[in-house]
Amino acid sequence: MGSATSELPSQRTPLADAAETGLKIVIVGGFGVGKTTLVRSVSEIRPLNTEEVMTQAGVGVDDTSEVAGKTTTTVAFDFGRISLNERMVLYLFGAPGQERFWFLWDRLFSGTLGAVVLVDTRRMDESWYAIDRLEHHKLPFVVAVNRFDDETTRYSLDEIRQSLALPEHVPLIDCDARVRQSGKDVLITLVDHLYALATAQETT
Amino acid sequence: MTRRPVDTGDPDRLYMVTGGRSRADDAFDLVTLVVSECEPTAGMQSEHVRILEMCRHPTAVVEISAELKLPITVVRILLGDLLAMGRITARHPRAAQSVASLPDSALLKEVLHGLRNL
Repeated sequence: MGSATSELPSQRTPLADAAETGLKIVIVGGFGVGKTTLVRSVSEIRPLNTEEVMTQAGVGVDDTSEVAGKTTTTVAFDFGRISLNERMVLYLFGAPGQERFWFLWDRLFSGTLGAVVLVDTRRMDESWYAIDRLEHHKLPFVVAVNRFDDETTRYSLDEIRQSLALPEHVPLIDCDARVRQSGKDVLITLVDHLYALATAQETT
Repeated sequence: MTRRPVDTGDPDRLYMVTGGRSRADDAFDLVTLVVSECEPTAGMQSEHVRILEMCRHPTAVVEISAELKLPITVVRILLGDLLAMGRITARHPRAAQSVASLPDSALLKEVLHGLRNL
């Protein structure tokens, strides 16, 4: 049996045996905004894809019925991984942010450290919904503007903040999702923000 | 009942893999790390075999799902079986499980440190 499996091409890179704590960060944004690109630029593994299915009856409620015979909806998402040290591993999830996705939020993303809203200035309206939903779920987030080369009108961060009606306390930064250092900076900005929130909460 | 191949790609397939159950064990988070506690044995369900092989090193639930090409819910059910039989152990995330409660600053400090050292 062992020989049969070892013949299969395996590109999996295992975690350290001491790995014990998994953490989550979600990157939300519209189609084509660069979520997978951002995940790829910082991930230690090639981004993987998976899905969750839900029955129509299961939307927003606990489903106790059988899978068979029901209409099912599938929500796909991709993810990457960063081993922070021997014990801690951070998973980055690229999530589509469309309506049906949010029905699955509690089931998939409870316990998420925080979120990055990735914004394309050519399609800013897609970001409003994501921001609204994150505020609804009370999940801390930062907003990163993925700058594309072919951007003809370059809006300033101030203009974008106004356009998104983003409160001052939410960090807003530029990034280039293709560049590893830039992707890292986005994550560091988020965790810095979370750290500030956590210390403020702990001292009150 | 004849057992059909599992890779038929329709909802029936999921029904077969889980023996008709659709209620998953919520104890398994997407990033719960699973570790095999034994080698697969003859006669085991093929999905169980693959999970035990994958989890010789700690493996997150979401990676098992991607590798097996099975939805998260189905993987949670399969893991629930293996856990009940004592064939795996699970290392659950220690981050706050409820939405809207922040993880402690010590944990975040470690995360920051790890990210800066990448």
